[in-house]
Amino acid sequence: MHRHWGRHLRGRGPLRRSRDDRLIAGVAGGIAARLGVDVTLVRIALVLFGLASGLGVAAYVVAWLVLPVEGGTAPIISRAKSDRAGIALAVAFVPLLVLTVLVVAVLRIGYASSVAWPFYLSLAGLVLIWRNAEEDESAWMRQVTGTLLQVSTEPRRSRLSLVLRIVIGVVLLGAGLLVIVLGHPSTAILRPAGGTLLVIAAFVVLFGPWWLSVARQLVNERQARVRAEERTEMAARVHDSVLQTLALIQKSSDNPQRVVQLARTQERELRSWLFDGRRPGSFGEEEASTLAAGVQLIEHEVESTHGVAVEAVTVGDCTLAEELRALLAAGKEGTVNAAKWSGAPVVSLFAEVEPDKVTLFVRDRGHGFDPTEIPADRQGIAESIRARMARHGGIAAVRSTPGAGTEVELTMPRRGDRAGDRA
Amino acid sequence: MSPGARPRVFLVDDHHLFRSGVRAELGDEVEVVGEADEVGAAVELILERTPEVVLLDVHFPEGGGQAVLQAIKPDHPEIRFLALSVSDAPEDVIAVIRAGARGYVTKTISGPELVAAIRRVADGDAVFSPRLAGFVLDAFASMPATDGVPASFDPELDQLSAREREVLRLIARGYTYKELARELSISSKTVESHVSAVLRKLQLSSRHQLTKWATDRRLA
Repeated sequence: MHRHWGRHLRGRGPLRRSRDDRLIAGVAGGIAARLGVDVTLVRIALVLFGLASGLGVAAYVVAWLVLPVEGGTAPIISRAKSDRAGIALAVAFVPLLVLTVLVVAVLRIGYASSVAWPFYLSLAGLVLIWRNAEEDESAWMRQVTGTLLQVSTEPRRSRLSLVLRIVIGVVLLGAGLLVIVLGHPSTAILRPAGGTLLVIAAFVVLFGPWWLSVARQLVNERQARVRAEERTEMAARVHDSVLQTLALIQKSSDNPQRVVQLARTQERELRSWLFDGRRPGSFGEEEASTLAAGVQLIEHEVESTHGVAVEAVTVGDCTLAEELRALLAAGKEGTVNAAKWSGAPVVSLFAEVEPDKVTLFVRDRGHGFDPTEIPADRQGIAESIRARMARHGGIAAVRSTPGAGTEVELTMPRRGDRAGDRA
Repeated sequence: MSPGARPRVFLVDDHHLFRSGVRAELGDEVEVVGEADEVGAAVELILERTPEVVLLDVHFPEGGGQAVLQAIKPDHPEIRFLALSVSDAPEDVIAVIRAGARGYVTKTISGPELVAAIRRVADGDAVFSPRLAGFVLDAFASMPATDGVPASFDPELDQLSAREREVLRLIARGYTYKELARELSISSKTVESHVSAVLRKLQLSSRHQLTKWATDRRLA
């Protein structure tokens, strides 16, 4: 017997409600399977507890709410957490419950007060279950309860259910008014409360399902609208820029440089949209606030104005202090030079943020030049880069070999605020 | 692979147009032994035709490149994978490398560069594009230096060595392996071994694997 037990405890994993072995919700079946006991024993125990104190019923409902069904992981209660209507309903039940129990106790409806708590708890639980049960479960429950009190989310509303609801509602309403008018002499103060309660209950029965379906419809509509908006944006994106670019490419098929430039621009825009979540066309609208964004801005501008691919790689990121803006400006100058003069199809741009400095490399594989025989105009540009860097305490170095390309190395020490660092 | 031999290559990508484009770019330099556009077919055909290198897209339905890698890599370590992707998201790239790809290049790569990359992977070396080098530097830079790892572990595994960092930086700056060797005055073979070491560290950078590797190495 003990071995049997142990095997079950280990073998079955966490406690679940049984899907096959159930009379109501499979709680007894689940417990029986987990403990390795006969299911009838568990059921008898639960019934005994239920009759004696009502505790069995409460425990059963709590288990129903808390235990996931076999093959699933989410219990009903966790689904209720994400379901706004479910929460509202549960919350609304609390004062109702407290009031009802109070009234029942004061009026000394003997048989009711002893089972009142578990009974109303069960009621609240049932409603929650109803609203959040899985598909096959709710279908099964509908079968059991028939058309009584259709608090279902389905629009199915037979005439019978309507009649039943109205009858129950009217009875409750009448009872409520009766309590208010007549009442028990010893509970004069509580009379209005009890009566009001019954009137409220009547309204809930009469209009609850309708209100619920309206609420559910609203949620569905909102979701559908969000999805439609997403689709529209996607379509707009494709129409506006991709198709347009393709059309332009068809027209300028005799100009390979232009085709490459168009394709690059489009590729980069789609990339920043898909992978960075940036809105198309928004790039460059505002000034970059971080180094990585600044590098991307350079990439963007040089690619669209000079038709040369820029391969930018950034390691780390930080907010742009003044000296780093100077570094970026010098880097941009270098990139533009490489794009204009080197003749290389690709310029590499590499930025690395370190705790004490930021380095930026601009490299091309173009003509290159002999640093000892620099033409006057190039000298000027190099000097403008150097001078700009020097003004902020940085260093610029230009290495170039004819035939092997050029590399500009910019190093800027960092000062002051480093709060914007990305670790 | 003997020098001059044509590596046997398999293509996995869900876009037919892209596959034919790659085939055309590769020309006669490699032998394309097959192609597939979904995980199931890819796994089946790769096992049947045993290519030397698989050119693997990162994103496609039912798990993408990672699913293919996970299905094949454990039992067939001799088949090498080169990720070829448009994705710029670092997590995608690092994920396929961790799953066992020997390198990563973007789809804007030129034909000759792609052939060179395939040859390198077929020879057992790793291929880093500048962008991948940047991701790796970033990943290791943002990793806490000694994050509660017991001192008995090889500290070099958590961090890149200064030399490896230097190698990665040069790759990120757009240097070829040959230029890199010249710049650092080391042989191409040394460059390759540094790059492979980085790749190994990347594949081992989950704590669990790290522990296992360290243990294995001490036993050896």
